Amino acid sequence: MLALLGILVCIIPAVHATTYKIGNQHNIKTIREGIALAKAGDTLLISAGIYREGNLVLEKALTLIGENFPVLDGENKYEILTVHAQHVVIQGFRFIDTGIASINDLAAIKILESKFVSILNNRFENTFFGIYFASSSDCLVDKNQLTANAEAEHQIGNGIHLWKCQRMTIRNNRIKGQRDGIYFEFVTDSHILNNYSEGNMRYGLHFMFSNDDEYRDNTFINNGAGVAVMYTKGVKMIHNTFEHNWGSSSYGLLLKDIRDSFVLDNVFKENSIGIFMEGSSRNEIKNNEFVKNGYALRLQASCDDNVFEHNNFRQNTFDLVTNGSLVLNTIKSNYWDRYEGYDLNKDKVGDVPYRPISLYGTVIERMPTAILLWRSFFVFLLDRAEKAIPVITPENLKDELPSMIPYDLR
Amino acid sequence: MTRVLKYVFYDILRTRFILFYTAFLLVCTFALFQFDSDYGKIVLSLMNIVLMVVPLIAVVFTTIHLYNSYEFMELMLAQPIHRNIVFLSEYMGVALSLCMAYLIGIGLPFLLFGGIAYSATLLSTGIFLTLVFVSLAFLSAVLTRDKAKAIGIALLFWFYFSLIYDGLLLWVVYSFSDYPLEKVTLALIAFNPIDLARIILLLQLDISALMGYTGAFYKDFFGSHVGLLFSAGILTIWVIAPIALATRIFARKDL
Amino acid sequence: MISVKNIEKKFGKLIALDQVSLEMEAGKSYALIGPNGSGKTTLIKSLLGLVVPSAGEILIDGKTILNDWKYREKIGYMPQIGRYPENMRIGQLFDMMKNIRQEVTKTDEELLEAFKLYKIFDKRMHALSGGTRQKVSACLAFLFHAPILILDEPTAGLDPVAVEILKEKVLHEKRMGKLLIITSHILSDLEELSTEMVYLYEGRLQYHNSIAMLKEETNESRLNKAVATLIKQKELLASVTE
Repeated sequence: MLALLGILVCIIPAVHATTYKIGNQHNIKTIREGIALAKAGDTLLISAGIYREGNLVLEKALTLIGENFPVLDGENKYEILTVHAQHVVIQGFRFIDTGIASINDLAAIKILESKFVSILNNRFENTFFGIYFASSSDCLVDKNQLTANAEAEHQIGNGIHLWKCQRMTIRNNRIKGQRDGIYFEFVTDSHILNNYSEGNMRYGLHFMFSNDDEYRDNTFINNGAGVAVMYTKGVKMIHNTFEHNWGSSSYGLLLKDIRDSFVLDNVFKENSIGIFMEGSSRNEIKNNEFVKNGYALRLQASCDDNVFEHNNFRQNTFDLVTNGSLVLNTIKSNYWDRYEGYDLNKDKVGDVPYRPISLYGTVIERMPTAILLWRSFFVFLLDRAEKAIPVITPENLKDELPSMIPYDLR
Repeated sequence: MTRVLKYVFYDILRTRFILFYTAFLLVCTFALFQFDSDYGKIVLSLMNIVLMVVPLIAVVFTTIHLYNSYEFMELMLAQPIHRNIVFLSEYMGVALSLCMAYLIGIGLPFLLFGGIAYSATLLSTGIFLTLVFVSLAFLSAVLTRDKAKAIGIALLFWFYFSLIYDGLLLWVVYSFSDYPLEKVTLALIAFNPIDLARIILLLQLDISALMGYTGAFYKDFFGSHVGLLFSAGILTIWVIAPIALATRIFARKDL
Repeated sequence: MISVKNIEKKFGKLIALDQVSLEMEAGKSYALIGPNGSGKTTLIKSLLGLVVPSAGEILIDGKTILNDWKYREKIGYMPQIGRYPENMRIGQLFDMMKNIRQEVTKTDEELLEAFKLYKIFDKRMHALSGGTRQKVSACLAFLFHAPILILDEPTAGLDPVAVEILKEKVLHEKRMGKLLIITSHILSDLEELSTEMVYLYEGRLQYHNSIAMLKEETNESRLNKAVATLIKQKELLASVTE
């Protein structure tokens, strides 16, 4: 909201401002000249064409608008645009081929200590970092597309990178093939909305030390290690899709040291682990759909006071595994497709509790080597026997009110 | 040898069991293709058949067949034919017809619906398991004269390798869980053809991502040329050793 | 032609053959007799290589039969109870046997004709009576012109006409200079067919001589009486030595 206000604030002075046309057919041939000529509040209208101008530094409140996606080429050497100003708008450009550097985080657009900056409707191709914010606030990143085809993690930076920011809005972007799709570190009171983060080397979303943010309606698909949310409190994770984050050390969502947060209305589909939860407390995990994951939930013993309620668990290889025996979390009223109980009074709640932890699941948590017996006849019988007479699985880890029918969640 | 083999084949085909077996496998595979279009999942479901049913059918069919062709073997042995020829013809006859049934039953649907590449490992491990358990059944048949006892011993082999051995393996893993066990378990798995086949099959599927560090270690090993040679070699030993021993015993057996 | 040298066979604790030595020559016919369990069948099976003796050796034409199989070309064998693949037709059985021994081009099908087995060539083995089965066994034994013929209870279960046909055939073969080994409980049959007598008792060779000599020794004119006397003598001897 504040970011939107920012745009309005930015537009009002523009009414009295000048508009410069830049391009081969105009008097001003280069963007560098345009930036030098313009005053705060002016607009630069850049025609289609290829602009190779090294690193451009923007320290005035300018609006840069590209017509038919002019190309800003970093020639595999430069950071293209560095912004250090307020009320800047950058719209409609195609940024290609920034330099790659392991010491400087070269970016297509780097925004430093700025406010009310809007990055709208741009395309980024093979940029090391795409959009890089540091120590900024009240900015908007909307409708951008970032694609890269790096082969190794060290050859590529993050798509949309935010460090020490407040009140930011990242929405409607598509990010593909970066290291992390979206990176948040020390970012507060911000929103990540309706982004599509696919096939990134490491995380679709990498999120640390960033309290009181909300991410909603995003899709994270096919990322190297899934989505990591760490060392944070008060995050709202709502209505996202975590799909096919598959690999031996991958997961849909990693929650590490998360407190007082909400995981609501999400879909976890075909991830090797749906949610991996470690050292997290007082979180609510409700109304989520867990389908066809390897492990739907991997709940480490360091988690407590979390509530798992009204979720659907369907066709997962393991519904829940944990490495402890103490039951410190609440699991109730979920739908489990493996539930074999009955419902005599027809209240759609099973009359006997469901134990989501299989014996074999417990065994491999304690002795990971035992995975080599996976899908053997022996393990099948073991699980059947344990279901009949629980001996090893935690006695109290159970859903007392399992739903007989799946919830209609989406 | 081919002359004797011809009559063994003739005898086996006449009982129609092999046809039922082929039909059973065909129906299972076709049904799975109807339910699912994901080759990986079909292979995974068929894996259970391969690991349980194929060895079971192999041991039961082999022992019953051997006792039913006792007269034939007796007749042949009074003829100027080497004992090993008679015995190995029986082995070839049984093993080849079971393998054919398996290849057709599992392979044909894959050929028709595509995905034959996915089924390569499934087909080869299934063939190996068939050969191994036919060998073991021959061994159990020469160990005793009594038909019931021989079927008992053959079933015990099956039971041991598909169940008891895994229990012991789990016990070993449990007892030494503080030590790095990857290499030890790799060796232990080689001692059970069913386990070996199961691991090879699992590693082919992307579901092996759930197998954690142990899985990654095995994947590294079995993915290499050495691992491929190792598993093929071990399975070959499992085929040859029992039948070689059985042939030795049979050569001195009184009829 | 056949020389059995000190063979011994133990089945567990049971001694089936105990130091049996025996020379058998072509042109002679040997009656192998003894009570049930005396080791007759074990001896025959040893000759066929179906049973491997625990000690001693068997030579046929001067060569040991141990680990050999080719010598069985020389043997025609008619088992006591003919066991054949139950689902085979008679015709198929004969075809198979001929197919397996392709090297014998001219087969002896005299008996096949005489027993009129051609008429029931499409009958399956499991549908045959004991007698017909015996006929099949007999035909197979003579089929390949083998110089050694081993007939285990050849007349048991055969009808009188068939018995006569078989006897004719046996005598014919004997005249052809073949070596015959015949076991039977019907001593009158043996009297007609055999010239030599081999008597086994509890795995030991108790008597081996020509039938003529036996009759002379026992002062009996008929074989069955002579054998009875022989047995009594042996039993007496046994009780004395014990």
